[in-house]
Amino acid sequence: MKTHRWFTPWILTIPALAWLLVFSVWPSINTLRLSFTDAKPLGGTADFVGVRNYSDMLHDPQVWTALLNSAVYMAVCLPLLTILPLLIAVLVEKKLPFIAFFRTAFYVPVIASAVVVGLMWTWLLDDRGLINNLVRWLHVVQEPVPFLTDRWLVLISAISLTVWKGLGYYMIVYLAALGNVRKDLHEAAAIDGAGPVRRFLTVTVPGVRGTMFLVAVLVSVSALRVFSELFILTGGKGGPGGKDQSLVMLIQQYAGGFYGDLGYASSLSVLLFVVTLIPMIVLARLNNRAEK
Amino acid sequence: MTTTDVRPQVHADKSDGPLKRRPEVSGREKLLRYVLLLFVLVITVGPFLWQLSTSLKGAGEDIYTATPSFIPKQPTLDNYAKVAEAIPVWRYIGNSLLVAALTVGGNILFATAAGYAIARLRFRGRRVVLGLFLGTLVLPGEVTIIAQYVTVRSFGLADTLAGVALPGMVAALNVLLMYNAFRALPQEVDEAAIVDGATVPQRLWRVSLPAVRGTLAVVAIFAFIQAWDDFLWPLIVLTSPEKLTLTVGLQYLSGTFTQDQRLIAAGTMIAFIPIAILFSALQRYFFKGVEEGGVKG
Repeated sequence: MKTHRWFTPWILTIPALAWLLVFSVWPSINTLRLSFTDAKPLGGTADFVGVRNYSDMLHDPQVWTALLNSAVYMAVCLPLLTILPLLIAVLVEKKLPFIAFFRTAFYVPVIASAVVVGLMWTWLLDDRGLINNLVRWLHVVQEPVPFLTDRWLVLISAISLTVWKGLGYYMIVYLAALGNVRKDLHEAAAIDGAGPVRRFLTVTVPGVRGTMFLVAVLVSVSALRVFSELFILTGGKGGPGGKDQSLVMLIQQYAGGFYGDLGYASSLSVLLFVVTLIPMIVLARLNNRAEK
Repeated sequence: MTTTDVRPQVHADKSDGPLKRRPEVSGREKLLRYVLLLFVLVITVGPFLWQLSTSLKGAGEDIYTATPSFIPKQPTLDNYAKVAEAIPVWRYIGNSLLVAALTVGGNILFATAAGYAIARLRFRGRRVVLGLFLGTLVLPGEVTIIAQYVTVRSFGLADTLAGVALPGMVAALNVLLMYNAFRALPQEVDEAAIVDGATVPQRLWRVSLPAVRGTLAVVAIFAFIQAWDDFLWPLIVLTSPEKLTLTVGLQYLSGTFTQDQRLIAAGTMIAFIPIAILFSALQRYFFKGVEEGGVKG
């Protein structure tokens, strides 16, 4: 039976397809091409410069610092954002009165702009802000903790912000997966006398293992892509001596202005892509091994 | 590859399984759960309330004291008025709304059309098209942002709001979400409509679309939030001060001449409150859409 004319699906698909080709596929190819040129933000001709951008990159201390920051960022975010949201999901899974309110409230940091939460945390972490007041009130330290001016503390502050903002998002991902964990296994374990902790480790965790790997991949990739948190917390300067920059911050810096360099920014983009592949490949392998 | 496999059933049927229902939560466990819930609530929502409180404190109240009070002593909206004096906040809101409207409209229209065609119509090249949409998901947006800027610039759209909105008007992920939702509908409804002689637009409009409203709501909500919250892309595209979107413009509250935390707090609340209202009004659809077939953010 003829259900439609041959061109109907194409009429429906072509706008989306055109967008995909113009704004995703072509930019991917063009990123690679641009990385071998000296293209400038203000236009003009771009000349082929061979691998110069890449060799510059290898000798650029800022790039190495950014890679170090990314590694630290990922190493801290990965365990925290893989485990904490699962615990919260278990907490909001049970249907108690007001549970819908709690679920929605926990999701609020996700929907707020990174700029909004960045400015919010800048105030909280200020020398005279709430957190420093609290720390002094507890008599932990005498002087204010330089959360926003110390090279490593800035990074830790940005990581806390990322973790805080990510809790609700991954909670929802886990909540979806928890629905598929078999209830009878929980009950059987409870009858066998297993406590909540034991049941969590022997029933819940194996039941959502696949999702945990998915979350781990999403967390690592987004840790490597960090931009707004570091940008806002450091007022766009990248911390003391520009030491708290991420790869994306470097890309943004070279993207505009008189001193911009789109060729160099593109080679940094290629580096970013390669770096994000690493956790994907490693975690996919681990997942395969765990399934055997 | 990373995003499509989340197929939640948040409220899966509780009655399956051969054993009898689990006993009700004991009183002690309930208390413990609420204590923990409140603890997480303070951590997640507390900072927003603190910011709101700061934004309502008058110039006479010392916000830098070691013992600040949570409730403003003389609540005032002065700071909100001062934001409009420091930056053209109304213009920025208008700019952000324009970008968000274009993004929502584009995604609703084009992602629905493409998702429907790939899910419900057979045609040559269907798998290739689907593969293309899936393939771009592995690529973080930041990787292509420079080349995307070059493309937008070559259209003569650098430093325009159209240039900010254009690339986001069709997101591959939204096409896939709509595809998933349409694919989950039973084949029989289409067949019945075909026998009745319904054309493709009629089948899409009358039969399939009403069944995927939840997913459509998720696509719309997130297209709006994504456009309203976005920072890096407008920061790269826009240079003229009067064309900035709200998120980019807000920086000027903290950067330049003022460093009044009350003012910054008021500015952030202006950017946050519309999103908060939108989300709380539509959260029912959101959680329903999450159940229907996909999570994104």
